Amino acid sequence: MNNQRSFFFNVDWVTVFIYFALCVIGWFNIHSAVFDERHPSIIDGATNYGKQFTFIIVSVIVGGIILLLESRFITALAPIFYVGTLLLLLLVLVIGHRVGGNMAWINLGGGFRLQPAEFAKFSTCLILARYLSGPNIKVSEIKSFAIALAIIGVPMFLILLQPDMGSTLVFISLVFVLYREGLSPYFLIIGFLFIALFVSAILFSPLAVIGVIVAIVALIILLFRRNKRLVTTLLAGLAICVVFVLSVKFIYNSVLKPHQKVRIDIVLGIKSDLKGKGYNVNQSKIAIGSGKLWGKGYLHGTQTKYSFVPEQSTDFIFCTVGEEWGFAGSVTVIGLYLFLVLRIIMLAERQRSPFSRIYGYGVASVIFFHVMINVGMTIGIVPVIGIPLPFISYGGSSLISFTLLLFVLLKLDSNRMGIV
Amino acid sequence: MNRFFERRYVIAGIFITIVIILLARLFYMQVIDDRYAIYAGKNVLRQTIQYPARGPILDRNGKVLVLNEPFYDIVVEPRKVKPFDTLALCKLLGIDKAEFDKRWIKACKFGQTTASVFEKQLTPEVYAAVQERLSEFPGFSSITRYLRTYPDSVAAHFLGFIGEVKEPDIKRSNGYYHQGDFIGITGVEKSYETVLRGQRGVLNQMVDSRGRPKGKYANGLFDTAAVAGERLTSSLDINIQKLGEKLMQNKVGSIVAIEPSTGEILCYVSGPTYDPNLMVGRERGNNAAKMYNDVYNPFFIRPIQAKYPPGSSFKPLSALIGLQEGIITPQTTYYCPGYYQAGNRRVKCNNGESHGLVNLSSAVAESCNGYFMMVFEKIINRYGGKATEEEFNKWRDNVKKFGLGTRLDLDMPSESRGNVPTSLYYDNIYHKGGWRSSTVINVAFGQGELLATPLQMANLECTIANEGFYYKPHLIKAIGTHNVIKKEYAVRNYVGIDSQYFQPVINGMEAVVERGTAIRSKIPGIIMCGKTGTAQNTGGESHSVFVAFAPRENPKIAIAVIVENSGEGAHWAAPIASFIVEKYLKGTISQRESGITVEHFANANRLPDSALYYNKFRRKPVPADTAKKQKKDSLQKTQGLKTASGKGKKDTENKSQAAQLKTKKR
Repeated sequence: MNNQRSFFFNVDWVTVFIYFALCVIGWFNIHSAVFDERHPSIIDGATNYGKQFTFIIVSVIVGGIILLLESRFITALAPIFYVGTLLLLLLVLVIGHRVGGNMAWINLGGGFRLQPAEFAKFSTCLILARYLSGPNIKVSEIKSFAIALAIIGVPMFLILLQPDMGSTLVFISLVFVLYREGLSPYFLIIGFLFIALFVSAILFSPLAVIGVIVAIVALIILLFRRNKRLVTTLLAGLAICVVFVLSVKFIYNSVLKPHQKVRIDIVLGIKSDLKGKGYNVNQSKIAIGSGKLWGKGYLHGTQTKYSFVPEQSTDFIFCTVGEEWGFAGSVTVIGLYLFLVLRIIMLAERQRSPFSRIYGYGVASVIFFHVMINVGMTIGIVPVIGIPLPFISYGGSSLISFTLLLFVLLKLDSNRMGIV
Repeated sequence: MNRFFERRYVIAGIFITIVIILLARLFYMQVIDDRYAIYAGKNVLRQTIQYPARGPILDRNGKVLVLNEPFYDIVVEPRKVKPFDTLALCKLLGIDKAEFDKRWIKACKFGQTTASVFEKQLTPEVYAAVQERLSEFPGFSSITRYLRTYPDSVAAHFLGFIGEVKEPDIKRSNGYYHQGDFIGITGVEKSYETVLRGQRGVLNQMVDSRGRPKGKYANGLFDTAAVAGERLTSSLDINIQKLGEKLMQNKVGSIVAIEPSTGEILCYVSGPTYDPNLMVGRERGNNAAKMYNDVYNPFFIRPIQAKYPPGSSFKPLSALIGLQEGIITPQTTYYCPGYYQAGNRRVKCNNGESHGLVNLSSAVAESCNGYFMMVFEKIINRYGGKATEEEFNKWRDNVKKFGLGTRLDLDMPSESRGNVPTSLYYDNIYHKGGWRSSTVINVAFGQGELLATPLQMANLECTIANEGFYYKPHLIKAIGTHNVIKKEYAVRNYVGIDSQYFQPVINGMEAVVERGTAIRSKIPGIIMCGKTGTAQNTGGESHSVFVAFAPRENPKIAIAVIVENSGEGAHWAAPIASFIVEKYLKGTISQRESGITVEHFANANRLPDSALYYNKFRRKPVPADTAKKQKKDSLQKTQGLKTASGKGKKDTENKSQAAQLKTKKR
């Protein structure tokens, strides 16, 4: 009894509350986005909002079950989960159901479909935590780092074969986990540097970009010319940068698919094909922008309800938030996410066991990456990448896998006093 | 283990920074930038114009002249079409398979989800058959439209017609009209456009991304209902209008009848006329083209656009001015020897036969030109030859007071002014001071440069009937249910002649019908005062003119009739006028002592020679190829001359000698 009580109080109810808040916000916004006059009830099973209600209930049950499980059980099952999802990812390539060009779904019958990639995020976080928390594992060591990269890389590769670019990119967010566990900050810096170089090489002439880099490097070398090591590092770095910049055009034109190229062009403002490729983003921006400060009110949005915005209940659900609840609603939702992510970081940091901490950072990174890319895409500052908004977008796989992700952390946290 | 503890702040910092970027962008889009809200409105809002029914037009007794009748368009929405019996549909609509395919492709091009017109303007009878089976053809439906219909096919020139609005009107309307709207083009339809068209409504609908309606915008807050156009009650009497059109069959000319006590126009006939129904519906274009090419120009609104010399019908006016100016008295006599000696000109009167001694009344009754030339000369020359110009201008002002030479502001577009010549006009022909009363003597009996529209002539009769004033003639007496007419229609326009001077003139006019030139047109039991006229015109037979009012006491109708190129007024215009007057006053036409019948006049063909008429009224455009041909001909001629000169000089010399001989003989 006593044990049960302490368990009850040990669960972080603040996080649970935010979780529920986001689920309910999502449910109501789906109701508004795909509102069907013939089925006005929000729990009507014939509609997507009715289905989402079912998904929420299932998720809550899943979350409850997780909280009742033994923590040890979760740790032990990590490799099985991982291998299981890898098998599912292989399976989906064979018997998958193609939707919108991606072989990402396995039909379960009864109108329900499973998206293995969603679960791969959870199992990869779990196995990564399990591996990095092992004895004598240091990310700064090249061997451990390589294995960690492999753990992340294998599901990424399988998902890329679908080819689901959005879900693939999510795994990049795990670089924050590695950073927290000792990865050199240069990786982050170099990462940002390369993104900046990529963008500027597309926007401006490669030669101009190279000229600017050479000038900056020359200036630094001039100031620190005594430090021989720095000079050689910088020169090496400069060489790599120049090669990268020169190859950007090639990557851009040959490696990326045409639709991906166009999406990047639209974000960078090179193209504005408002009726064709740029239609989605333009309509999405109109929907959000027309919400003004306080929004048009629940069920009164026009852009999303009258299907000007495509995918209005899944990837572009934030349009409904922005249109019907205005800037106030946008701030509330994004604020909830930020609070959730910071709360998770706090939870992670209070763990005694490295496993729980590493896992917690994985959860925070994945959720935050989703929010950043999804919202960024709807307001046109990130290229269109089809990933859902956690807990809010319509979809059972997505909701249940995020619930898994979060509640496993809550379970680990509730047990933080015990020994894993 | 916790070596990297502080890195949590770096990660949290990165997250917070990104969130701030997102929020800043959202703040700009949602709060600062207004563009998106405007785009959103444009996206979702569709304004549909609700067209009101155009107002009907009635005659003075409430009989309908024009109303709106439903016609049916068959529309098709390609997306909703399912396989059906195309042959059956073709049969119903009366088209063949090739035509069907053509229209089908056009409809598909127009849009898969939008309805486009497949067959236009089915009559109710055809529609009844189609409607029964329309359910067999999914995707096809009907929409009701209203078109103007004219139950009695009368008064085309009065009613006018409507047509699709043109670019200048759209520009002028400050955005009221849109492409494809209808607007009055001529007649009452034009002059009362703003009353007849009603008020358009706007339906603000929300549409989805495919343009499907999704309900009212803002709960219909900005919607306005269409208000039907007002009903117009015209002053026309359909009975005499019909009779007038019947009598003017196969004639070129005009009838205008006015009620003197109100200025209301009772009859407004322009010959040749046309069936107003021809200007509606599917055959409209063809019909209009045919009429445009008609030599006699049925679109010419003769009551107000045609200008005729008033001829002898001008004489009463001439007399009235003489009386008012104190130049003559009713007792003033004149001996007519069959001509009038104007200066060194001798102007014939009555084909050279003497009228003998005439006074004012008998001069009017017997239409003695000499008497009125005498009056005119006396007026112009009363202060000697040097004051000719000044006195002519005074005389002209007096004439203009009767509404001649000016527009009467009829409530119809394109009214003509007629013409009363100015002294300047004569100065330009002769030099200043180089003309005298005898030079311009023709205006004294309504010839020369004097021109009047039939409306002006009828209005002149109103003035005489009212003994000195007229009400502005008008065609619409009531708008809607209230009998609102313009204030100016109730104003008496005095012409500057004292009422005491009218009786002698009216006596003369009574005599015209009772025992004078128009005795054949005498109406049993009604005293009609009239004046025949034979308006000479250059190139062609004289126009037959008759003006009158009746009855003499308390006049109810004033009328002017012109039958072009038909000779004497008494022969054609007067009988026609008498039928109209009798029909209006009695309701029926009685047996005449003279034996004239409506049928005889209605069946008579008095159309002038078409070739002559064409040359006179329309400048025949020289087709481009004939112009070339002429040039070619002249070239050939010069070349021919050259070759001829090459042949031998003798030949040409002989010819020129022969020519000289001929001139000598002459």
